[in-house]
Amino acid sequence: MSDLSRRKLIVTGLAATAGAAGLGVAARLAQKYGLVPPDHGGIYGLGETLNYASERLLTRHSLAREFPESQISKPPFPNEIPPLSDAFKRLEAEGFADWRLTVDGMVERPGSFSLTQLRSYPSRSQITQLACEEGWSYIAEWVGVPLSYILDVVGIRPQARYIVYFSIDPDWWDSIDMADATHPQTFLAYGLNGNELPVGNGGPLRMRLPRQLGYKNVKFITHLTVTDSMKGFGKGLGSASPEGGYAWYAGI
Amino acid sequence: MATSGSVQEPPGASFPSSASAAPASTVTSRHSALVRVTHWITTLCFLALLVSGAEIVLSHPRFYWGETGNVLTTPLFKLPFPSSRNLVPTGYGYVLPDQNGWSRYLHFQAAWIAVLTGLLYVIFGLFTGHFRKNLLPGKADLSWRGFSIAIASHLRVKRPGEEEAWSYNVLQRITYLLVIFVLFPLVIWTGLAMSPAFVSAIPATVTVLGGQQSARTIHFFVSVALLLFLIVHVAMVCLTGFKSRTRAMITGRTGTSMERT
Repeated sequence: MSDLSRRKLIVTGLAATAGAAGLGVAARLAQKYGLVPPDHGGIYGLGETLNYASERLLTRHSLAREFPESQISKPPFPNEIPPLSDAFKRLEAEGFADWRLTVDGMVERPGSFSLTQLRSYPSRSQITQLACEEGWSYIAEWVGVPLSYILDVVGIRPQARYIVYFSIDPDWWDSIDMADATHPQTFLAYGLNGNELPVGNGGPLRMRLPRQLGYKNVKFITHLTVTDSMKGFGKGLGSASPEGGYAWYAGI
Repeated sequence: MATSGSVQEPPGASFPSSASAAPASTVTSRHSALVRVTHWITTLCFLALLVSGAEIVLSHPRFYWGETGNVLTTPLFKLPFPSSRNLVPTGYGYVLPDQNGWSRYLHFQAAWIAVLTGLLYVIFGLFTGHFRKNLLPGKADLSWRGFSIAIASHLRVKRPGEEEAWSYNVLQRITYLLVIFVLFPLVIWTGLAMSPAFVSAIPATVTVLGGQQSARTIHFFVSVALLLFLIVHVAMVCLTGFKSRTRAMITGRTGTSMERT
């Protein structure tokens, strides 16, 4: 072995070792700072982790664009909704008077809220865009109660890392990290363009987070759970979306 | 060689006799190792982006201009394809299976690898003078005479001389520079402009384009331009000698007499 190739071998070996160690440290740091999404495994885990980590570093406090009233899409676009269950239809027939939002998990005061109660809390309205991963979009004025307000009412424990939210449709649930959950534009929407939120747009209650795509904005919300780990929820991938092949993080 | 001012003389070309005496390890490559590796990684990523992008478009084969667009608004144009979603009026009586889940996962993964590879290539190209030496057209070529010579030889589908096995002509140089410094940055930019999270941090990314739907439409056209480049690129490789050109991009060897000595 010539000196040149030996030197080359040593340098390459050192570089490879440093690279592997660097990756190890990066993975530890990413885990520590909450930059690893629940669906980080599998062949697409690299892209998903880079998407989530980079946007989390870049957008932790940034606000989604808001628009003037003149830009509200007319008419608002009601997207396809899954077939509604009999339970939903019964609640709808009574004007959703018995609709409840239950909140449990790592909270001091688990609770159950009626729509009237939610409407009595400080409301927030915003004119934001809802963009679907398919490619279409619309702008509407959404009215609701900030999720952070509900979380303050129930008192989340410090170890909380995710808010899991469930639709009345048992196969439809999702989760967000605390940065999104406490973001000022994340709320439970009950109004659209000055009216009650229509069923076609997710009424009576829809999760609204304008920094993520449409499918993250789950319709017909009945239940929130605060947790420190996504293990134990479905397959542990963070939401029903990855189980159906879609990314958990939908900021892009 | 005299007609083209930018053609770079391959090392050893002036002294063909001395090349035979040189040990094999000093034979200069047509393309440096980094160019070859990044070329093929980008190729794989681009194909993945193309397939997954086409798949994503099928879920809504309508394009709009401005901020918003959906099936209730008038499209700028529609693609004559069936859709993978039944809410989209396409005129077809059937709906394709939904493939957006893996397509979106693959699209972003391939985009990340392509962007990181591209960054490595651009940094390398700037430091080693690759762009200046191999891609920037020479002054003599940037004249009408230079262009007409290059265009005429293309139109005659003339097989390029041996010197072109070692260098790029002016049309190639300009095309490659456009792809590297205009089309790729534009397709990355318009892709990011569709991300509601990214534009929350840097709103100008989308506002200067005229809105999210405009970004999507431009993204589509730039992708089409890149696809056209790919088709012409592969066609030219085939016309000028598929084996030797591909070998040069894989092993670095051209198989021309300059090297075979």
